[in-house]
Amino acid sequence: MDTMAAIKQTFFQECEEQLVELESGLLALDDGSSGPDTVNAVFRAVHSIKGGAGAFGLEQLVRFAHAFETALDLVRAGKIAPTKPILKIMLSAADMLADLVRVAREDGVADDAEITRMVQQLESVCGMPTSGTAEKTPPSKPNAIVSSDDDFDFIPIQISLEDLIDAVPISQNCFQVTFDPKPGFYARANEPALLLRDLAGLGETNVTCDTSRIPSLAELDPEGAYLAWTVKLHTDKDEKTIRDIFEFVEFDCEITITELASDEEFDTAAFSQLLSVASGQSDMPPEPVEPKLEKLAAEIQSRNEEANARKNEGAKAFNQAGATIRVDLERVERLIDLVGELVINQAILSQRVAEARIARSSALAMGLDDLEQLSREIQDSVMAIRAQPVKPIFQRMSRVVREAADMTGKSVTLQCDGDTTEVDKTVIERLTDPLTHMIRNAIDHGIEKPEARLAAGKPETGHIRLAAMHRSGRVVIEISDDGGGINRERVRSAAISKGLIEPEAQLSDEEIDNLIFLPGFSTASTVTDMSGRGVGMDVVKRSIQALGGRIAISSTPGKGSSFVMSLPLTLAVLDGMIVSVHEETLIVPLTAIVETLKPLKNDIYDMGGESRVIRIRDTFVPLIDIGRVLGYRNEAADPDECVVVLIDLEGHARRALLVDTIQGQRQVVIKSLEANYRRVDGIAAATILGDGRVALILDVDAVVENANVRAHAQTNNVPLLETAAAE
Amino acid sequence: MSNRSESSSRELIAFRIDGREFCVDIMQVRDIRGWTPATPLPHSPPYVRGVINLRGAVLPVIDMATRLGFRPTEPSVRHVIMVTQVEQQIIGLLVDAVSDILTVTEADIQPTPDLASELAKLFVRGVLAIDGRMISLIALDHILPTQEAVAA
Repeated sequence: MDTMAAIKQTFFQECEEQLVELESGLLALDDGSSGPDTVNAVFRAVHSIKGGAGAFGLEQLVRFAHAFETALDLVRAGKIAPTKPILKIMLSAADMLADLVRVAREDGVADDAEITRMVQQLESVCGMPTSGTAEKTPPSKPNAIVSSDDDFDFIPIQISLEDLIDAVPISQNCFQVTFDPKPGFYARANEPALLLRDLAGLGETNVTCDTSRIPSLAELDPEGAYLAWTVKLHTDKDEKTIRDIFEFVEFDCEITITELASDEEFDTAAFSQLLSVASGQSDMPPEPVEPKLEKLAAEIQSRNEEANARKNEGAKAFNQAGATIRVDLERVERLIDLVGELVINQAILSQRVAEARIARSSALAMGLDDLEQLSREIQDSVMAIRAQPVKPIFQRMSRVVREAADMTGKSVTLQCDGDTTEVDKTVIERLTDPLTHMIRNAIDHGIEKPEARLAAGKPETGHIRLAAMHRSGRVVIEISDDGGGINRERVRSAAISKGLIEPEAQLSDEEIDNLIFLPGFSTASTVTDMSGRGVGMDVVKRSIQALGGRIAISSTPGKGSSFVMSLPLTLAVLDGMIVSVHEETLIVPLTAIVETLKPLKNDIYDMGGESRVIRIRDTFVPLIDIGRVLGYRNEAADPDECVVVLIDLEGHARRALLVDTIQGQRQVVIKSLEANYRRVDGIAAATILGDGRVALILDVDAVVENANVRAHAQTNNVPLLETAAAE
Repeated sequence: MSNRSESSSRELIAFRIDGREFCVDIMQVRDIRGWTPATPLPHSPPYVRGVINLRGAVLPVIDMATRLGFRPTEPSVRHVIMVTQVEQQIIGLLVDAVSDILTVTEADIQPTPDLASELAKLFVRGVLAIDGRMISLIALDHILPTQEAVAA
């Protein structure tokens, strides 16, 4: 049962790939930037899904895929042109196919009426007879359409030897199959008898075994292959069916399949014999037979070539498939862990060598340098295993755009750039929701209605650009639209009416733009199905930050808006600032840090209790004494001997963290504390430093939260503190 | 002793804390290593010494003396950390020294004397009389702090 589940899982994984292929193919057709190859690729994708679905008995999927495939076949055959309206329907059909795959994956049942509606749409658009509401059952031979490719025209040769032909029913084909296994065939534990039995299952067989190559016992290699078989087969199946039997062994044996016109072998000797018999019994002149025989020989020859060509093609396809492998993610993660340990160990070793005062030019130190280089390279390569192109998620966005555009009655095109940019798998998975949200927002709030666009002198169709690129060790994803830009007046008044800012607050354009990231902010005057529930951009910002990323917005009124996200390439490492607090080493995530500064005693004001604020360029920022909040010490730190790290919190608030010293900045490997212990308040995770010791990674938001709790517990002067916090 | 004892013999690792002897099932012990300084964890109970790096994994170290209600250990290079597996987690136990490997049968294990403290009841599963010494068998199920203890 488990094996079956595993195979099914593989099927669904492949479905995902096929769906991506399908959608990108249809989109390419829509652009007009593609030819017959694309049509074939699209057709193949749907066909493979249908085939797999049939094997697992997924009726609804088979039924829909079949209808879809039939429509695509008409395009492929050139009977209908892939015009825009037809492609639009086909894209919706692709969406539906994706939905059906998902439903099947979750063992659910889709709405039959919906499938039927889509099937009818497909049929009507392609000018096929509509199947009506009646269930359209898949035909008994699902391969019929494809296999038409593999069929070759058989030219029958008339031989007027009634009695011979009578022996064989006319509808039957007659093949001669020679099967000559190589040693590799046996080495892979194949059994000729099983293949011969399968052949016998196709029809009537006559098997002869060629034992002429068997050497004397002394010369016999026990692992050699000395037997060959010749099978004469009468069957109503075609050559492909026979070839399928040998599908898994075709590289380990010589297979020739020759179609015969009758049940006699067509070697010349036998044929002449036949002729002599024939000429004795009938008055048919021998002359006309000769050219036919030549023709037949040529036919056999060309068919052999064809078979060889197909075999080579198969081998080529096999090699291409061999270029990728599927690996259990757990194994990759184990490998990443091990390499992480290797890098740490190597760092420890280097430090020990340095401590032992061994000259840098010594062979030992140089060997260690090489080792360092090598371990870094291994780490990079292993990380690259987890990296995947952003293409699938970008492709999913084209569906989001279609649906959102349909829902709002706007016309929008999506342009994707840099979709081969690679990012860690986990980052990709967690990007879907924020991206979906931002694209919907851009269409709902950014892009204007067609009439408004025309009035503004813009093209009727809105344009959204989704771009990914690598920039200094991070991946940058940009979503820009050519819509109306952010309406700052409206944003401002909405923020005031929701009490997010004071009515008299002086805000720069940039600050107003950033208001849309505040929790509970939404400007949409009507709550639409898609966005406008006020859980938009703050959720987006939080999920980007949870990925260790940052998001920025820039907007020009009338020209459009652009969101730029900068994300780490992987979640396994983090850019951090290494700081010391009371002899402990802590890591502050670099994404949170705005700036660092040396505080002046005069800039720090006591607010009662433990609360202090620091004046930074005429704004007062609450000061958080990390040593105290984490319980490393009880007395307040002396600002003269400290450094301030200014951080940005979720929302717009800033805090100043007081630490003893800053040691530097580096990339650290994230290690979970929960695996062997539990969550620790104020700590996001741990890492291992070059000296082999564990250092804790600060969870800045939680630390601030803790500091607030302490402040509440120790002083009643809370409103004062909050006012200072609100700037 | 009884007949069934033959079939249920088990091996235990004995260790010393503050002059007393305890033991745990040998199957739970993964490694024994010398003391290395642990990184303290904020907001954790006193018996959690902190976390250490064990071949790339971060694991907590529990001061067994404090955990069992004795004087806190002042660790030196002579102290050892017993790396144990408790369900899915790997936990280091800071002890004075590992003293012995014992092969005992179930019948050798006597019930914990009744007057034992609440703390002892939480961890001590039974006592053994070996060569005139008393060795307490420890169960590690509750060795880590509960969520409430951390929150407090």
